[in-house]
Amino acid sequence: MNNNDLIRVENLRKYFSIKMGFMKYHYVQAVEDANFSIKKGETLGLVGESGCGKTTLGRTILRLHEPTSGKIFYDGEDITNVRMLPYRRKMQIIFQDPSASLDPRMTVGETIGEAIDIHKLADSRKDRSDRIHKLLTQVGLNSEHANRYPHEFSGGQQQRIGIARALAVQPEFIVCDEPVSALDVSIQSQIVNMLEDMQQEMGLTYLFIAHDISVVKHISNRIGVMYLGNVVELAESNELYNNPLHPYTKTLMSAVPVPDPKISRERKRIILEGDIPSPMNPPSGCRFHTRCPYAISRCKEEIPAWRELAPDHFAACHII
Amino acid sequence: MMKFIAKRVAQALIVIFLITCITFLLMNLVPGGPFLSEKSPSPQVLAALEAKYGLDKPVPVQLKNYIVHALQGDFGVSMKMQKNRPVGTIIMEMFPVSAKVGIIALVGAVLIGVPIGCIAAYYRGTWIDSALRVLTTIGVSIPGFVVATVLLILLGSTWKLLPTVGLTSWKSYIMPCFSLAFYPMCYIGRLARSSMLDVINQEYIRTAKAKGVPTFKIVFKHALRNAFIPVLTYLGPLTAGILTGGFVVETVFNIPGLGRYFVQSILNRDYPIIMGTTIFLASFIVTMTLVVDILYKAVDPRIDLAKGGSR
Repeated sequence: MNNNDLIRVENLRKYFSIKMGFMKYHYVQAVEDANFSIKKGETLGLVGESGCGKTTLGRTILRLHEPTSGKIFYDGEDITNVRMLPYRRKMQIIFQDPSASLDPRMTVGETIGEAIDIHKLADSRKDRSDRIHKLLTQVGLNSEHANRYPHEFSGGQQQRIGIARALAVQPEFIVCDEPVSALDVSIQSQIVNMLEDMQQEMGLTYLFIAHDISVVKHISNRIGVMYLGNVVELAESNELYNNPLHPYTKTLMSAVPVPDPKISRERKRIILEGDIPSPMNPPSGCRFHTRCPYAISRCKEEIPAWRELAPDHFAACHII
Repeated sequence: MMKFIAKRVAQALIVIFLITCITFLLMNLVPGGPFLSEKSPSPQVLAALEAKYGLDKPVPVQLKNYIVHALQGDFGVSMKMQKNRPVGTIIMEMFPVSAKVGIIALVGAVLIGVPIGCIAAYYRGTWIDSALRVLTTIGVSIPGFVVATVLLILLGSTWKLLPTVGLTSWKSYIMPCFSLAFYPMCYIGRLARSSMLDVINQEYIRTAKAKGVPTFKIVFKHALRNAFIPVLTYLGPLTAGILTGGFVVETVFNIPGLGRYFVQSILNRDYPIIMGTTIFLASFIVTMTLVVDILYKAVDPRIDLAKGGSR
């Protein structure tokens, strides 16, 4: 194990059981055998289409969902089965929907203060309110906002509150679960820039989940691509952008809009056939074989191994 | 806020006025009268009695007279049951008896019903949830008099554990309070369960978990506060209903409360008592509903009373 790794997951799996009548269960295989690590101070981006398990993966790493199998390491320690309270201070999450993620009955100050209280971070009442005010200023709000309720704020402001709340415990690692996808484009860049500034200032490590590749590329050092519960490719972000190896990543990249009509016109866009299969009954072998333009018979039978194909460039595919 | 209350009070007065008129007219449509019973008095005596209490006049005139007097705080005197005692005095004498049983039942129903709902929601899909669901379904399906009768037979008669009639010691409160509380307890349990389930799946519960808030505190602080609105809505009318006495339960257990008296007054056609009790009950319900509406604001800051809408 590398000492620079803050987070490491090994064969992480998360299945959700769904009751289908008496004593009959079906499993949604939301995350299947994820293997990767996140280095201290870096941002790992995670992209994939809706329902591919990005959010589940992020939440499972924080054990907001209990993993079905596999292991999670934080700073070298196995946290798969430990009491989470001490780690809740170190690992935080920013949720996708800012208005739904704030308790409507608590003022902003109470929401932020609760996190401070649980981890006993404030020495006195004054210290507590000072911290709350400092956090609010840090995210571009002002201290009077502490006494207001979440519904009195706009979406962008609510997301700032969500960020302040996550920062309240001075975490080292934050899962940013599509933090900007519910916001206007103009606000998106403000929030993304703010997250970047904070990373610089506080040395944070991010797992940045999004379905917008251009946002992810902008903020991430490395990018992982997910398809139907599998991490199919992981590489340094420019490498992934310029030299995608996995057929699914290639299709994703070909769909990113280019702001130059000339290039855009000449570019060949790969369009996938069919729909994304159900994670309740995923295809055998490589899960992408039903839609892969290059699929061979082996793809149907054998699950492709997770291999390092170039330095720091991983993918799971038989034909590369 | 003040404007909202003023508006609601005005509405309440209209409601009470309409209830007064409708009850008065319906009451007079029912055959019989306060002075007719097995041994009816002679026609001359009857005419004299009716003249004394103003019953010889046409109904609209009677209604007008009643309202004029009521506005001056005079609700008349009992015609039969406690002859010539003022209705106000009688109600104020009966109400505390009913209210005492009612408050115990109400507090019990909330203190047991809400945790039942929380526990069922927390353990949803397990045998605990199923057991509680069976219990609460039974509770909302069995009428109060059946509960009261079964209790009387088992605890009072067969095993002789508790006194069966009246309110003599603390023991005699157990059965009436339980019979009165059983239905609302189960109803509150079901309400609390469904709204808790709704809230538990909200994103901000996950936020609380991510903060590291212990599960117990998540359920009783974050979830319950947000799930309480439907329970609160039900509590308003329930408080008024339960404090003024369960008609049936008070009759079964022979408790000298307002509920039993109301039933008897109808059977006896004691017009002023029927009217007095009805107006008292109506005002109480209307007041409690208003109190609940004001409490909404305390429970959910998103509710804006002045606009009359929510969110």
